Amino acid sequence: MHSEFLMGNAAIALGAIAAGVDLVAGYPGTPSTETLENTAKYKPEGLYVEWSVNEKSAMEVAAGAAYAGARTMVTMKQVGLNVASDPLMSLEYIGVKGGMVIMVADDPGPISSQTEQDTRHFAYFSKLPCFDPTSVQEAYDMIQDAFAYSEKYGTPVFFRPTTRICHAYASINIKDVDEYKKNSPEGFIKDSKRWVIFPRLSNANHKKIEARNELLKDVFSAYPRNMILNGGSDKGAVDGEIAALGGLNAAASKKGIAAGGISFALTMEALHGRTDARVLKVATPHPFPEKLAVEFLTGLDEVLCLEELDPVIERELIYVCGKYGLDVKIRGKLTHDTANAGENSLDLIKQYVGSFLAESGSADIACEPENAPQPPTIPIRPPVLCAGCPHRASFYAVKVAMRRQKTIFCGDIGCYTLGNAMPLDMCDTCLCMGAGINIAQGVYRIEPDTKAFAFVGDSTFFASAITGIINAVYNQAEMTVCILDNSTTAMTGHQPHPGTGRTMMGEVVAKVSIEAVLRGIGLEFVETVDPLDLEKAVDTVKRAQEVPGVKAIIFKSPCVAITKPKGKAFIDPEKCIGCRKCIREIGCPGIVINDGFVCIDDSLCTGCGLCAQICPVGAIGGEVHD
Amino acid sequence: MIKNIVLCGVGGQGTVLASKLLAAAAMEKGFTVMSAETIGMAQRGGNVFSNIRISDGEAMYAPMIGTGEADLILAFEPGEAVRMLPFLKEDGFVITNTRAVKPTTATLTGSGYDAGPMLEYLQKKVADGHLMQVDGDSAAAALGNPRVLNVVLLGAAVRTGALGLTEEDILNVMGKVIKEKFLDLNRKAFTLA
Ligand code: SF4
Ligand code: SF4
Repeated sequence: MHSEFLMGNAAIALGAIAAGVDLVAGYPGTPSTETLENTAKYKPEGLYVEWSVNEKSAMEVAAGAAYAGARTMVTMKQVGLNVASDPLMSLEYIGVKGGMVIMVADDPGPISSQTEQDTRHFAYFSKLPCFDPTSVQEAYDMIQDAFAYSEKYGTPVFFRPTTRICHAYASINIKDVDEYKKNSPEGFIKDSKRWVIFPRLSNANHKKIEARNELLKDVFSAYPRNMILNGGSDKGAVDGEIAALGGLNAAASKKGIAAGGISFALTMEALHGRTDARVLKVATPHPFPEKLAVEFLTGLDEVLCLEELDPVIERELIYVCGKYGLDVKIRGKLTHDTANAGENSLDLIKQYVGSFLAESGSADIACEPENAPQPPTIPIRPPVLCAGCPHRASFYAVKVAMRRQKTIFCGDIGCYTLGNAMPLDMCDTCLCMGAGINIAQGVYRIEPDTKAFAFVGDSTFFASAITGIINAVYNQAEMTVCILDNSTTAMTGHQPHPGTGRTMMGEVVAKVSIEAVLRGIGLEFVETVDPLDLEKAVDTVKRAQEVPGVKAIIFKSPCVAITKPKGKAFIDPEKCIGCRKCIREIGCPGIVINDGFVCIDDSLCTGCGLCAQICPVGAIGGEVHD
Repeated sequence: MIKNIVLCGVGGQGTVLASKLLAAAAMEKGFTVMSAETIGMAQRGGNVFSNIRISDGEAMYAPMIGTGEADLILAFEPGEAVRMLPFLKEDGFVITNTRAVKPTTATLTGSGYDAGPMLEYLQKKVADGHLMQVDGDSAAAALGNPRVLNVVLLGAAVRTGALGLTEEDILNVMGKVIKEKFLDLNRKAFTLA
């Protein structure tokens, strides 16, 4: 054992490694991404790690390895699980031989996601056990438990941290390398009665699954990470060891708080030494530790549920009260005592706990003195495309080429979603990975006189755009697919993908060519152009419009966040006429106004040269791309 | 005792290294550390913050800091110091960089945004002698590398004494966190007055 300062996702990775994981597969997605990256970083001999092409592939690769007796982990964000849900739902009926942990990071807020969906529901829906850590230390310890339970019960299990666990850092106790579990997978043993899903097998296994989940309710009631505590009085929590309450305090209050995930940690902060509420910590929201819940509820009048996303614990407790005839009032999201959307901040939890325990009067609401200075207006800072981002140039080229025509610009998931911001305003729709290609076709069907465009990044192209393009070709749609190829998965922190020729195992491999894929599908107009060459890019977009059917333009230029700047632009104050066209047209953060003069911010400009091609009087020079 | 620190700035200013150094120094002294960072979409020029909590043994469960609980705010941008000010304890310290980072939206709409009113407000709100205004960008530029802005500001923060850490504590762990070839530069930046 030794102590290290680790990000939650790194702790999860190291926990999986300590549990002897043999294979890790995943697809990048905030807040899950660093888990797989850290398994690669700390990779012991014999561990295989890959970025799969999408979450469905990752799930299936991990399942296959687990069939062969390996311990496997698959990582993704919550919306990625939607993509992987097809194999997931069937896999439950088949089960696994080696331990398989499905690590899905939820994103309350949402902070970096399309939805606020709750993976605990997916656990319920797919009938899989689910582990929900409350701290970085617990994430490290619990993922090892998750592997053990998975293997013992022959089922994949969910491990569901949220953003504030994944992206928290803590100094935690971790195992030394010689304490790691060693695994020697038995290999795949042929047995079609076990591994081939047929209705009869599904029926038989369904019964077994229901019986197992009944059993797990009891097993989890005894799982030490599910526990009843006597308020916030327990010490020793600093190193993540929270002592459970041994035998219920007879004098305990009539009020209880049930919490899971980071909300549990925040509840303990809010209680800080108070012992007037019994606390139920829920580490396994599914199957729900029913016996423990009954023990918790017995003797209480009222319970407040503190959790993020959906009222999962709350509904379970209402169910337990009904089933066992307990007269306890369960409060939370369903009773509107707590918010039903968004993150739980410490302030919010303190407020909930304070009003639930009715400590009116003592609540220190800070009153501003009357003559307190008024705060100045703080600017809002919406995220923007980086200075010099080639996506800005690609969007701008299409915008210029299609001026005054009826168009729809369907966007997708990635940095380029930021193309929606003014002044570009080049993202009319955005739904989910790969959707833009098909949405554009749908709009075209209803409005055939609209020039339909879909923008998709290179990683998203491989993950989920190819089938949509085949759909367009097969069904004779009219559209232009713009592939914004910056040779990386930029939004999530620059992961490699099939087009980059690098793998997570450090190999250099043949690149999968986007152009060859498109030609293979049957597209005739496929052109690659440098978006930073504005004139040529505009011309390419215009020429594509003269060709019928599905056209593709690959705008190829590397992400500036991982390439060396080409130089710095410079605005000649003698020549600049102050028209501000450069600012109005492209909105690059590298162009600023200082004392009324348009200037280049040296610390941001990458010398992409786009502004220089827009300036009507040629005032912008310097070292720029040519 | 627990020390609560809020670091804030604009995506891309390098707040992460500062929190790593603080954590390493605190751990070296046997303290427990928790922190929470902004990662994701907001890193592209949005406002970012991190919370760091250092405990000498008092129970600590979550990395987040509530209103009125921060012992110190370390701001890489004056407007962000104002944004985070509600988190400051009554007698807490504020170390702020003086250079404003103008959001692109402000440039587009032509609306003004300057450091002046932000700093004035901080001067009125922060307890006497508890506000440090540092021209970190010029200091870093003078050292020939704008990237050391974070270490320049961290130096000022440690010297307030509000963190329970000394200059030596940080200098001792720099070698663990920072690459060899940048060590000298960062040591210089850290001790720059
Ligand atoms: S050259 Fe112009 S458009 Fe390109 S990064 Fe610099 S300021 Fe921005
Ligand atoms: S990270 Fe790369 S792709 Fe994303 S906005 Fe910046 S330059 Fe563009």
